[in-house]
Amino acid sequence: MEYLQGSYRVQTIRPGSMCDFTIHCPDIAAVSKAGQFVHVRVPGFTLRRPISICEVDKAAGTIRILFDIRGEGTKVLANTKEGELVDVMGPLGNGFTLLDSDKTAVVVGGGIGVPPMLQTAKSYGKNATAILGFRSADKIVLTDDFEAQQNRVMLCTDDGSAGHHGVVTDLLKQRFDEGKPDIVYACGPKVMLKFVAKLCAEYGVRCQVSLEERMACGVGACLGCATPIRRDDGSVTYLHVCKDGPVFDAERVVFDD
Amino acid sequence: MTNLKVNIAGVEFKNPVITASGCFGFGREYECVYPLERLGGISLKGMTFKERLGNPPPRIAETPSGMLNSVGLQNPGVEHFLEHDMPYLAQKDTVKIANIAGSCVEDYCAIAERLSESQIDMFELNISCPNVKQGGVAFGTSCENAAHIVKEVRKYAKKPMIVKLSPNVTDIASIAQAVEAEGADAVSLINTLLGMRIDINTRRPILKNNVGGLSGPAVFPVAVRMVWQVANRVKIPVIGMGGIEKWQDAIEMMMAGANAIQIGAAMFYNPKAPIGVIDGMQQWMEQNGVEDINEIVGAVRPW
Repeated sequence: MEYLQGSYRVQTIRPGSMCDFTIHCPDIAAVSKAGQFVHVRVPGFTLRRPISICEVDKAAGTIRILFDIRGEGTKVLANTKEGELVDVMGPLGNGFTLLDSDKTAVVVGGGIGVPPMLQTAKSYGKNATAILGFRSADKIVLTDDFEAQQNRVMLCTDDGSAGHHGVVTDLLKQRFDEGKPDIVYACGPKVMLKFVAKLCAEYGVRCQVSLEERMACGVGACLGCATPIRRDDGSVTYLHVCKDGPVFDAERVVFDD
Repeated sequence: MTNLKVNIAGVEFKNPVITASGCFGFGREYECVYPLERLGGISLKGMTFKERLGNPPPRIAETPSGMLNSVGLQNPGVEHFLEHDMPYLAQKDTVKIANIAGSCVEDYCAIAERLSESQIDMFELNISCPNVKQGGVAFGTSCENAAHIVKEVRKYAKKPMIVKLSPNVTDIASIAQAVEAEGADAVSLINTLLGMRIDINTRRPILKNNVGGLSGPAVFPVAVRMVWQVANRVKIPVIGMGGIEKWQDAIEMMMAGANAIQIGAAMFYNPKAPIGVIDGMQQWMEQNGVEDINEIVGAVRPW
């Protein structure tokens, strides 16, 4: 396995409801793929924070990451200023399996699961639909970015303050009824992934999901971020989100444990 | 020219820095950050005779200056290791220490016998894992049990044998003496301290196993104290670990009585921590006129 680790400069911080950093790290950007993540050190904390790669610009040598303030660690990270250095390891994990760009894809993101979908949908352009779910209108991020790369955006919120009042699977079903895509990619809360996977199975559409788990090393050494995955013979084993994932074929994932 | 070499039970280490079991896999995961040859040794992920799936997630919880884990000895089993990982490790010029565990004495004996024919350099008998229901720490919390398992495994282990001790005991030095008496060639300490975190919103423990082992800088002073107590009571070498993150910690641990040290949780936030410790120790020796690192072992001058 190949990854890099070092101090890299935060080049730009965009305003918005999430922390939105563009980091100048040409060596990491050169080998990063959609669906992979970086592991960011937070001064004073034992565990790094795994954050999905939202966008890669190989020409500019940058990656973009978005994260929410969830606890003390991300609060410290959010205080980083433009021009300051952050300690980044990456790229880590396996990305999504991207098909030829003339195939049709649907990306489904829920809340903090939306950012990794931007790079994933990029190569598909007009052939990708982005189904994006947020808690409320004030939590919406990245919809303009998806539109700028020609993706069709279908929006929903839990409280109905923007877009469809409901859940992403309502929109996914609507999209399937227009015609089945070649593949679905999803990232978000596990309960959302469970219902996306179920719907894809019903319609016979290939589906990949990106999972989250409490993580330590990020590289497959400590075996902390275990997640139950079904083997070929149907038995269940624990694989690791950092090294075996974070992307798994949905039919392999054990959602009820 | 400074000497960083240390000798533990007849095995020479190019420097006293070893990566701790459970934090470094079988080595592959860190090879892209630095060559494994830089390390004095690698204590491999705890191994059982047959594959173990480990505990259900979540297995990790952060704590002030540290973390809890309840991995539960997930590993592919000794045969899988010999086939897939040993050939790779055998090419690396560093000391390979197999950390062996099991749920009964016979398991430990079987692994020791099997690995005695391999290119493993040493054994580290794990009688201190707090995260498994059977075996593990149960062997390490009484002098009688600890002595018994060491005596039995000794019959099958044809390599030098380190015994890894649990800090979750009343008197760790008496356990160290008990295993020394039955033929342990060295002791390593400390394994993790049993801890717990609770999510106050859900009223659930963060770990699915409810409890788990505490490691990281938070445990460092406890480890220094225990290493000091053990080193004063046994004649065999002591390998010190628990919260070491920088070269100053390593020197402190050696002054407490450790002949070598292990680094674990620090690698999670700084994968290059072992290299920083090795380079820092060397510089400190040069600046302080210490020609041989072995000079500082037990050099503390207690009041």
